[in-house]
Amino acid sequence: MRHEYDTPLRIAYPLCGMSTAPLWPDDDVSRVPYRVYSDPGIHAREQERIFRGPTWNFLCLEAEIPEPGDYKTCFIGDAPIIAVRDAGGGINALVNRCAHKGALLCYKPRGRVSEFTCVYHNWTYDLAGRLTGVAFGRGVRGEGGMEAGFEPEAHGLRRLRTASRSGLVFATFSEDVADLETYIGPAMLAALDRVLVKPVRVLGYHSQLLPNNWKLYAENTKDSYHATLLHVFHNTFGIVRFTMGGGIVLSDNGWHHLSFTERAADGSERDGAEAVRSLKEQYALEDPSLMEHRLELGDRITNSIQTIFPTLVVQQILNALAVRQLVPRGPEECELRWTVLGFEDDDEPLEALRLKVNNLVGPAGYVSMEDGCIGGFIDTATRSAPDERSFMRMGGTAIEPAGASRVTEAAVRGFWRAWRDCMAL
Amino acid sequence: MTGAADALAARIGRLNTAYAHAIDDDRLEDWPGFFADDGLYRIVTRENHEAALPLAIVHCQGAAMMRDRVRAMRTANIFEPHSYCHTLGAAEIVGSEDGVHAARTNFIVVRTMQSGAMSVFACGRYLDRIVERDGALELSERVAVCDSRTVDTLLVVPL
Repeated sequence: MRHEYDTPLRIAYPLCGMSTAPLWPDDDVSRVPYRVYSDPGIHAREQERIFRGPTWNFLCLEAEIPEPGDYKTCFIGDAPIIAVRDAGGGINALVNRCAHKGALLCYKPRGRVSEFTCVYHNWTYDLAGRLTGVAFGRGVRGEGGMEAGFEPEAHGLRRLRTASRSGLVFATFSEDVADLETYIGPAMLAALDRVLVKPVRVLGYHSQLLPNNWKLYAENTKDSYHATLLHVFHNTFGIVRFTMGGGIVLSDNGWHHLSFTERAADGSERDGAEAVRSLKEQYALEDPSLMEHRLELGDRITNSIQTIFPTLVVQQILNALAVRQLVPRGPEECELRWTVLGFEDDDEPLEALRLKVNNLVGPAGYVSMEDGCIGGFIDTATRSAPDERSFMRMGGTAIEPAGASRVTEAAVRGFWRAWRDCMAL
Repeated sequence: MTGAADALAARIGRLNTAYAHAIDDDRLEDWPGFFADDGLYRIVTRENHEAALPLAIVHCQGAAMMRDRVRAMRTANIFEPHSYCHTLGAAEIVGSEDGVHAARTNFIVVRTMQSGAMSVFACGRYLDRIVERDGALELSERVAVCDSRTVDTLLVVPL
């Protein structure tokens, strides 16, 4: 018996679950099928096609590994990576997996080494990942040992393409993707350079485990529409209002974005500092000092959130500067890693101000804590409806800014354009 | 231990108990009252603390900032309702100088969500500086050092 199909064969992804419907039957990136947030098959495909595909991924700051042998461990998607400063001052990105049995080489978050030694069987590698020694490679008293013809040069660590910009270190598994600066694009490079304008100092780290798929947080950071609605603190205590100046900038391909808020030049600034007043006197903060802002970047921008696809966020909220990196932990959980920054030349009052302003952000942040739970709310509600779709048409269906308005989901649609470009779905 | 030290340890224990019960019973408006007006309250991770990195998860300089924390939580912040149950170790008095007592007390906080899900949300130690005012003890500084480098979902209720 011969089967006739009345429609062309469509990609029927995912491979898991009961549904046989095509995942995404049209080109509409304003309507996302909920299956993408929970399906293990999609998660596996993301590892291959996004994280080990044609993307540049943030690893660490140059300032975190200043001296030869300084390393930091991190992740690109599920893949464990070591970023290490070599003797010549360059930075190598190595897959953190011994070529012998696949054990983690570095199991501490950071440190300083002269070489890498696997704890399991003492295979050693230099800082470029070349295999330099195999314990008992020549056997013991002339007996045993590695097979004849063993070629150490064929058993090094996987070394990734690496590049830095504005003190941020990136790597990619791809041999084909364009260089980092082309990938980020001129508009987004300018925004990175604006915040990371001089040598930074790490003030500390935060980490949050989010009970949701990584893409829900990635979308959220590109969604300026929610800022004053979900984060009621903004309105209640009067920090950001959509009547303030600002805008959204997208990279040419829509993959990366910048959203910013600007203070009017109304002459209210004194000595570079201004307390932001509440809209409603009854909700004025008793101690408003945590919302003082010392203008330090040569403009009047109070908030800027920048994303680099897939998982990097660069943040300036008043004087709270940070980079955030999202690490997937299976389809249903992710870790948000914050590296909170100041500048090397900060004076004491400025550092004290940064520590106070950081009450706004992080796991307990006045204007960020809701981002920790909202993805879980979506995850709980959508898991039973994998074939239903969201409706993100604020600003239409285009992937371009809607004038000066930040009430648009254009950047979220840009995220899904990037995701679909990589995933071929 | 001398009788005076015993008595002081018992008083610090009572301060800690009252502090924990105010939080666990959702009497958060009482929480800033355990501090001196210019008291300092910080929640930090052990990772940052041991690396001498100054960042805090919560950083309240003065009782006014603590009251702002409580008011923001009551009026503005959005989160799934939950409650804490603190279990405290005995206070160890580390030193006393010029009327300021340095003490350390271990804590475990179990968080219960409205779904019924329970977890050990935080454990660690309070590093305190305690002073006497008008015959009562109050905190001039409490640093809650959390053993874990990570926070599950979010932190809104003080530890």
